[in-house]
Amino acid sequence: MARDLLIKGGRVVDPASGLDGVADILVSEGKIARVDKDIASEGAEILDVSGMIVMPGLIDMHVHLREPGFKEKEDIESGSAAAAVGGFTAVACMPNTEPALDNDAVIAEVVKKAAEIGLCRVYPIGAVTKGRRGQELAELGEMKAAGAVAFSDDGSPVSTSEILRCALEYLKAFDCVLMDHPEDLSLSEGGQINRGLVSTIAGFKGIPREAEEIIVARDILVAGMTGGRLHLTHISTKGSVELIRRAKEKGLPVTCDCTPHHLLLTDKLVLESGYDTNTKMNPPLRTDEDLEALWQGLSDGTIDAIATDHAPHHVDDKWVEYDYAANGITGLETAVGLIVDKLVRSGSISWTRMAEAMSLNPARILGVPGGTLAEGAVADITVIDPELEWSVNPREFRSKGKNTPFEGWRLDGAPYATILGGKIVAKKRCLVS
Amino acid sequence: MELIEKAQIMDREAMRRALIRIAHEIVERNKGLEDVILVGIHRRGYPLAQRLAQILKESESVDVPVGELDITLYRDDLSLRFTQPQVGPTRMPVDVARKRVVLVDDVLYTGRTIRAALDAIIDMGRPQNIQVAVMIDRGHRELPIRADYVGKNVPTSSKEVIHVKVTEIDGLDEVVIAEEKDNE
Amino acid sequence: MTLRGQDLLSLQEMSTADMETVLSTARSLKEILSRPIKKVPTLRGKVVCTLFYEPSTRTRTSFELAAKYMSADTVSIAASTSAAQKGETLSDTARNLEVMGVDVAIMRHSVSGSCHFLARVLDIPVINAGDGMHEHPTQGLLDIFTILEHKPRIRGLKVAILGDILHSRVARSLIFGLTKMGAEVTVAGPGTLLPPYIEDLGVKVFRRVEEAIEGADVVYALRIQLERQNKGLFPSKREYRDFYGLNRRRLSLAQEDAIIMHPGPMNRGVEITTDLADSPRSIILDQVTSGVAIRMAVLYLILGGRE
Repeated sequence: MARDLLIKGGRVVDPASGLDGVADILVSEGKIARVDKDIASEGAEILDVSGMIVMPGLIDMHVHLREPGFKEKEDIESGSAAAAVGGFTAVACMPNTEPALDNDAVIAEVVKKAAEIGLCRVYPIGAVTKGRRGQELAELGEMKAAGAVAFSDDGSPVSTSEILRCALEYLKAFDCVLMDHPEDLSLSEGGQINRGLVSTIAGFKGIPREAEEIIVARDILVAGMTGGRLHLTHISTKGSVELIRRAKEKGLPVTCDCTPHHLLLTDKLVLESGYDTNTKMNPPLRTDEDLEALWQGLSDGTIDAIATDHAPHHVDDKWVEYDYAANGITGLETAVGLIVDKLVRSGSISWTRMAEAMSLNPARILGVPGGTLAEGAVADITVIDPELEWSVNPREFRSKGKNTPFEGWRLDGAPYATILGGKIVAKKRCLVS
Repeated sequence: MELIEKAQIMDREAMRRALIRIAHEIVERNKGLEDVILVGIHRRGYPLAQRLAQILKESESVDVPVGELDITLYRDDLSLRFTQPQVGPTRMPVDVARKRVVLVDDVLYTGRTIRAALDAIIDMGRPQNIQVAVMIDRGHRELPIRADYVGKNVPTSSKEVIHVKVTEIDGLDEVVIAEEKDNE
Repeated sequence: MTLRGQDLLSLQEMSTADMETVLSTARSLKEILSRPIKKVPTLRGKVVCTLFYEPSTRTRTSFELAAKYMSADTVSIAASTSAAQKGETLSDTARNLEVMGVDVAIMRHSVSGSCHFLARVLDIPVINAGDGMHEHPTQGLLDIFTILEHKPRIRGLKVAILGDILHSRVARSLIFGLTKMGAEVTVAGPGTLLPPYIEDLGVKVFRRVEEAIEGADVVYALRIQLERQNKGLFPSKREYRDFYGLNRRRLSLAQEDAIIMHPGPMNRGVEITTDLADSPRSIILDQVTSGVAIRMAVLYLILGGRE
């Protein structure tokens, strides 16, 4: 029997119970046994976290683990390690693998592998359509039974309004959310970066904001029509925030997330970096106006969650001409530092809001354990050192993907310890064996 | 490095007399002015060449063509310099082929400028011959080059600098000798 | 301020002072082109490599002649004859050339920003000979140089650029170069071929070419790439000619002494009528001559001087 763990002296932030104050947490048998002031427990292992923030384990509801099919970019083991050192106790991984996660056998394989590795809970997201081809519904029920927690054709939007309608109707029986990647492919085709002054200067075909907003609007309408649960992932524009705000006001079952990079970077970086392909992602980096709308949406609750869209790539996929470079950046190992430094420490959002966006809401949307420090809950806990100064060095990443536009950023605040099922799996950004 | 002017070597009148003498020597050496062209080296050689042409026009009633030559592209020290020297104009009023070319410059020192000018002229065609006229010959040659016409020979040390000033560029005519000030 | 050892990637990033240096150097070097023996020894022992991932006759020849007139050795890699077809990356191709002793890489590529990428890959200077829809800085410089051979100054000059602004790297370099030097630039073309927010670059935008040409001192017709028709960006050659082509009637709206320019190669009878292309007002061939002088200047300024 494992020893109990006493997490002592930290500032406990648990939005589910409305707690924000100094308290100790006693963990026993993988569950939260008690949350109280000055718990004394003989024989327990003590983790002194005074001066630190203790929140329910962070859940990244949008990552790409690349397994099966693209192990040179990432695999479940390296992705789990990256999540653990990055402060995440759970990730939901997208089905755009090779083969796609579109049947119960591959879903079960991912679940089994992740459990063996044991560094982080990995929740597979199944493909909505067979082979993500956008034509026939995949076996959603079978996948759910095998461990899929949500469905998405991410990388691409759900192909047509009709397929989306069918999927949303069908999924109601399984109480699963559909996560859509909002992009009108005919408008975005050939685009490399946001359509705007920067694309004009840089000489790129632009991806208009409307390419995203058209699908956001379509999806909201179809969600309203069916009553199915819709989650719009990695929204990036002011227009998307406004559409979703209005949908929520009408009481539609719609949620959304945005990424740290869309909260912090704009398309100007494409020129400032001299066309660094680490500025290439889909959706593309937008403008100051969009960035402000995302901050506003995050603080007023329109945006439910922060997800990294962790998209690791091999250096060969990025060390090429801009048009030929793969989309995306790694996110698991920079997210906490970026959000703490740029949003929380700057006073834009509270610790509670951060815990909601990165733990409680993802848990609720996906319907997975965690997201709370209530007694009896699973003991998935993230401890954050809000004072630790560090700088982003991709060579230190556990992820195979070193593709980040944040290289060299100096940040205050980092994960101090990641506790999974009562066990410390990572401490001070190193794995605990 | 600071330069201190030590002495005036030639004044306006001395320069004028030297140019008149050189003009006469050019006529004498070439037995007239047939096929002679004057080519001033950019920058201060060019006004000196123009003045020689004016003297020849007055004394011999002949219009000698005057060209201007920038030797930057022919320098042998391009790869040693920290910044690229600015490329000046090159203007040849006539084809140099079969001409008697008199190169005109302010100071003859190491000979490298004249070497570059020889290459530049030869790239433009095959002259009958090339002669060199300078206001000051200060010695210290690094190449087997000599002047055919000299305004004044001035023995110098390598620390010294000769400034030939011309009204067209400097606002007055004079030749001064200056020296590098040792920085204690 | 010096260009020695520097990359030349865009006029957007180039200072006005550096542009002036290139223009004045080109003015001095142009004389060499009129010599019977077109050769100066300035860049003897330097190796200039042209790396063309897109077909080009004019620009590559112009760079190669410029290098040869300055006594540099040239090697030219065309994508069709290089390892590019065997799947070698740009980075590998370029680094191989670099370790063989090339002193400067001149690249044309169909992808915007590729020269910026190459500049990160290589230690040697990189000259952009046209990257995608981004820029063609030496073309912009040679166009400004050519204008200055016919007009006293750029400041205050009204320049109308007509046609496919969206896909044109020539237009971008011209807009940045000309506006920095104080010209008043107007652009006009089909709405589908005007990039978004172009007016934020300090140019006036018109949908009708007549409005852009009115009072212009310089009328610049861009090449219309006929393959854009297939993508639905304009309906036909005939319609383009009728509504956007430069002809005598439209030119009459410009200043009486307006000059006509085109970057080549021309689609005669589409973006410009043959009689205008061959008229005394046309300085299209002067542009080509200036191109060699500008590229000699650029090579001299980048390669001359100490490493």
